[in-house]
Amino acid sequence: MSDVPEIRPTNEMSAEERRRLVESMRPEDAEPVPELHEVDVPDELRERIEDAMSRYPELRSAALPALWAVQRHYGWCTRDGLRQAAAVMGVTPAYLESLATFYDLFRTSPVGRHQVLVCHNISCWMRGGDELLRAFCEAAGVDAHQADHGGASSPDGQVFVKAFECMGACDIAPMASIDERYYGPLTEDDARAAVAELRADAEAVPGKALANRAAAGGPEPEPDPRVALAEQGGHHPPGADAGASEQESQ
Amino acid sequence: MMSASERERSTRAPAGETRVLFRRIDEPGLASIETYRGLGGYRSLERALKEMEPDELLTTLEDSGLRGRGGAGFSMGKKASFLPRGDMAKFICCNADESEPGAFKDRELMQKNPHQLIEGVSIAALAAGAGWAFIFIRGEYAEVADILERAVAEAYDAGFVGADILGTGHRVELVVHRGAGAYICGEETALLDSLEGKRGNPRLKPPFPAIQGLYGGPTLINNVETLSNVPHIVANGADWFKGFGTEQSPGTKVVSVSGCVQRPGNYEVELGISSRELVYGLAGGPPEGRRVKAWFPGGSSAPVLTAAELDLPYSFEAMADAGSMLGSGSIIVADDLVSIPELALRTARFYHHESCGKCTPCREGTNWTVKMLERVISGEATPMDLDIIASVQENIIGHCLCVLGDSMAMPVGSMVAKFRDEFEAAIKAGRAAVPRPLDESATDARPVPLGAGA
Repeated sequence: MSDVPEIRPTNEMSAEERRRLVESMRPEDAEPVPELHEVDVPDELRERIEDAMSRYPELRSAALPALWAVQRHYGWCTRDGLRQAAAVMGVTPAYLESLATFYDLFRTSPVGRHQVLVCHNISCWMRGGDELLRAFCEAAGVDAHQADHGGASSPDGQVFVKAFECMGACDIAPMASIDERYYGPLTEDDARAAVAELRADAEAVPGKALANRAAAGGPEPEPDPRVALAEQGGHHPPGADAGASEQESQ
Repeated sequence: MMSASERERSTRAPAGETRVLFRRIDEPGLASIETYRGLGGYRSLERALKEMEPDELLTTLEDSGLRGRGGAGFSMGKKASFLPRGDMAKFICCNADESEPGAFKDRELMQKNPHQLIEGVSIAALAAGAGWAFIFIRGEYAEVADILERAVAEAYDAGFVGADILGTGHRVELVVHRGAGAYICGEETALLDSLEGKRGNPRLKPPFPAIQGLYGGPTLINNVETLSNVPHIVANGADWFKGFGTEQSPGTKVVSVSGCVQRPGNYEVELGISSRELVYGLAGGPPEGRRVKAWFPGGSSAPVLTAAELDLPYSFEAMADAGSMLGSGSIIVADDLVSIPELALRTARFYHHESCGKCTPCREGTNWTVKMLERVISGEATPMDLDIIASVQENIIGHCLCVLGDSMAMPVGSMVAKFRDEFEAAIKAGRAAVPRPLDESATDARPVPLGAGA
């Protein structure tokens, strides 16, 4: 291994150094599929991944469920976790890593215990999304620029704040996803209250949970006559009584 | 000659909500199978299994004129009929990746009435002869995915999906598959790649998924709302369905209205309703004293329309004629306090972030559009840059494997075209705000071009 050049930008290398680097990178040097006995997979994690593998016609489809299982077990996609999942699935760790770095919801570095994703897309932005993000950052003690560029955790390791793209809840703009539950519309006071609650391991702002929100159109209106007729069984689809209705019209 | 009732239908502009998919949406316990069945649920599936042949199902869906509710608006029945016959393994995928900024209709449909979707998926699988069905739901919708998984388990227990549906020998396995945060996975071929356990990159078409899709097999891909319509069409027939909406856009549509309106949310309306009724009548319009400046009729990928275009009917054909699109049916309203250059930058940043990087025009075009729009706002741009921005957009459209790049190019291009004066004013204001030391020192001598040397 001593003849492998140290890792530095290739544009700073001489042609000879580059040639040696390329020669040193052979496919057989890539990390192989780990054997199960080489990794120490927790039983719970292994069961979850095997359960996912049994649900699909092809094994690799279980890759995303496996990464979710790793992230739920360790809090983020740890190097060891990826190797364990790779061993269970029979794929290379690099394959799983290529997925973990592609999808925005997988974390490839340690994060705070509670996760706050604040929408900064247009519908939330027009209703104060930037101010909401700033309020979350100030309350958690997170650098706002970092939160807007990949996310950052509070110094006490409790809260991870990240600006996120549209999460499909513009009806409650400005909104945030807190520990995978949606809340909105949130004020800056709500943000401060939510961070305090999270630090106490309580539910953030239960009153603003999307789950409790009724349809925007208000209470159920009188049904449209065509819908009411169908519900009373008064409407018969063609085929069932096509002959009868033709006779009637004659 | 038109009959009186036909004439009335063609001239009548429907007002207010017409709830079909959203009927009893807030009924307590609707997400449970008991309540759903109590309201007549799963009768369409029984009918489809016991009284109809798959061909008859396909014909009914095609005759209904149901157009895909995910964005492209393609006939659902026609798409299903493209699948080859024969006993090869076929698949159906429900696209529940709803990631278009401004769209949130599928979320409410799945959260509150998951069995309506499961029934639709099961019927569509029968019609297409698919033995496997997948619901690809975006990872952000974790709480909705939990609800959906519970509902699927209930449907398995009741025999509405699984190895032997209602004892008829039909088999449909249904899997809820969670994504992990990638807008591109809403594109149908990227969705398939992601479902196969790969990075979500679009594929070259043809072959289209109907011929060669998931695991190389024929695959039908439909949106949540499209499939949620299926039980109603099977129950009441194609003609009943065509009694709603317009001739070319039959049915109802759940429209997500958001942005600068007083009552943002999902409203189910007949297609063809006036856009003004949607924005002002239902969603309450912009706050007191403010007015609509621009609106996206079909999510942030749609070219923007102006306030004058609010009187157009809200239908696939009217939006296309106006140079925009109905898309997934998501209206985003910007009022007179919103800066259009800032709006363009936000929009472009999203597509830049979400570009998967496979095709150069999209990868580079979104990147440079963001940089140029940042220059407009920071005062480093000249009016000539607007022409460059416009030309970059033209060079993205139609030049990539999928429409992600187009989805930025169309709205940004339309904003530059329709609000050019505002961009020019922003460039001027930006330049005035930036101190230029050269100006002060250049009173006598002409500025020395960079690199001219001393």
